[in-house]
Amino acid sequence: MIAGIEPVNAVETIGLNLWYGTFQALMDVNIRVKKGIITSLIGPSGCGKSTLLRSINRINERLGYVRVEGAIRVLEENIYAGDVEPVQLRKQVGMVFQRPNPLPLSIRENVLFGHGIHTPASGKISRAEADGIVEKALRQVLLWDKVKDRLKKKATSLSLEEQQKLCIARLLPVQPQVLLMDEPCSALDPKGTEAVEELLWDLRGQFTILIVTHNMAQARRASDECAFMLMGELIEHETTEEIFVTPRNPKTADYIEGRYG
Amino acid sequence: MFEASELNIRNRKVQRLFRILFLLMTLLLILPVAIILAILTWKGSSVINLSFLFTSPTEGMTAGGIFPALIGTIWLVSVALLFSVPLGVAAAVYLSEYARDNWFTRTINLAIINLAGVPSIVHALFGVGAFVLFFKFGTCILAASLTLGIMTLPVVIVSTWNALQAVPMAFREACWNMGATKWQTIRRIVLPNSISGILTGIILMVSQTAGETAPIMFTGAAFFLPHLPHSVFDQTMALSLHLFVLATQVPGVPEDLPYGVAFVLIALVMVMNSLSIAFRVYLRGKKKW
Repeated sequence: MIAGIEPVNAVETIGLNLWYGTFQALMDVNIRVKKGIITSLIGPSGCGKSTLLRSINRINERLGYVRVEGAIRVLEENIYAGDVEPVQLRKQVGMVFQRPNPLPLSIRENVLFGHGIHTPASGKISRAEADGIVEKALRQVLLWDKVKDRLKKKATSLSLEEQQKLCIARLLPVQPQVLLMDEPCSALDPKGTEAVEELLWDLRGQFTILIVTHNMAQARRASDECAFMLMGELIEHETTEEIFVTPRNPKTADYIEGRYG
Repeated sequence: MFEASELNIRNRKVQRLFRILFLLMTLLLILPVAIILAILTWKGSSVINLSFLFTSPTEGMTAGGIFPALIGTIWLVSVALLFSVPLGVAAAVYLSEYARDNWFTRTINLAIINLAGVPSIVHALFGVGAFVLFFKFGTCILAASLTLGIMTLPVVIVSTWNALQAVPMAFREACWNMGATKWQTIRRIVLPNSISGILTGIILMVSQTAGETAPIMFTGAAFFLPHLPHSVFDQTMALSLHLFVLATQVPGVPEDLPYGVAFVLIALVMVMNSLSIAFRVYLRGKKKW
């Protein structure tokens, strides 16, 4: 990255092809995800949207049978270059899952977990500093006032909505640039969904958010830009309004109108 | 309209029959345990007192206590634990957390299953060949405990593997996606949340180890020793072998004496098990999901 010049694209894929064994899950995907806004990824099940998400923090590699061609640039750097350390990449690119998966620790320990991983044992922080980190992260996800008196309680004692917010909060202390969200609301009730969507708008600007969703109403409500994928291909990527009001590709129009899904 | 038909009644009868049958089978399982404990307590209690526990056998094993055998069994089990727990847990962590499913891993799994199926007398011969003769430890606690350790490794590995697999995958994924290495994930999340299950395996292993006779017979346990072992390179008496000796090898043993030894052996195992179970319950209370 060249100092002083803000990159416009937080994530960019160039001719991305991905295979699980012999099955090709992504076909020549070229997408530019702009910095600081919310981009939603929609498409029917199996269209490759989660696969795309999981390629961006290179977590897919843990499966031995994944093969990738093409390039992914995160913050203007090719993440498949030889000198890229996946740990550093995952520090910059946080992931939130479909089902809230707080660690079996206290609320406080959950928030500090990621920070602990990326801090050498010699660089232990004081209690006061740790308290500060916990408060800041929980405030950012609008959870502080609810949980400040029970930080030592198990994270699983929270409601699903609160757990999901906690899962976002635990990414923040290491100051990531990009947040990937894989259907973050699909396990939540409508009220929880609304609360998390509100939070996304709140985080918008500080982070680049890429959210996979099955819920078209959600894509429409909670994103600036929207990309439609089908059978491993990126069909259309426009502003959310254009996608929903004047889609150019008939396949997009069919999907949005619910002709398949 | 809703009265029971002939068929309903017959089906209900059959269902009741099977319920009772299975209940009886289950009760039948408890029966031997109850009988064994009852006989041991009844026949053994007459010989058990403090001096029985804390003195050596006298008069050609026909009188006196079992102190050297009791201490010997504790030695043998402890040294076997020191060997097989770290090794077994490490192997299980590798197989569960690191190894990919390939021919190499499958071969190792097969080896573990086969190891579990090897009769204890064969382990004993292996122990003699490997530890007593090849490594030149001689017959001593070390050789006997290593033999016991190898024999119980499959128990430790399989139960540890099961305990590790019971930790939900979502926790690991959360860690990896935050940039944690596999080791950080294991150290901070997987092991702390599987420790109670791992202890279960160790409990099983302790019970098995304390009672085994064949593997220690030729590798380190002695018929009779007037003194206690001082190091792992000494021979030792052991409760299990002592019981065998009293029951079959020595003439003129009072009838109650072997029962007393058996009672102490079982009590020892039960005490160790209870301690581990208490510890497990304590750890489970701290579990956070």
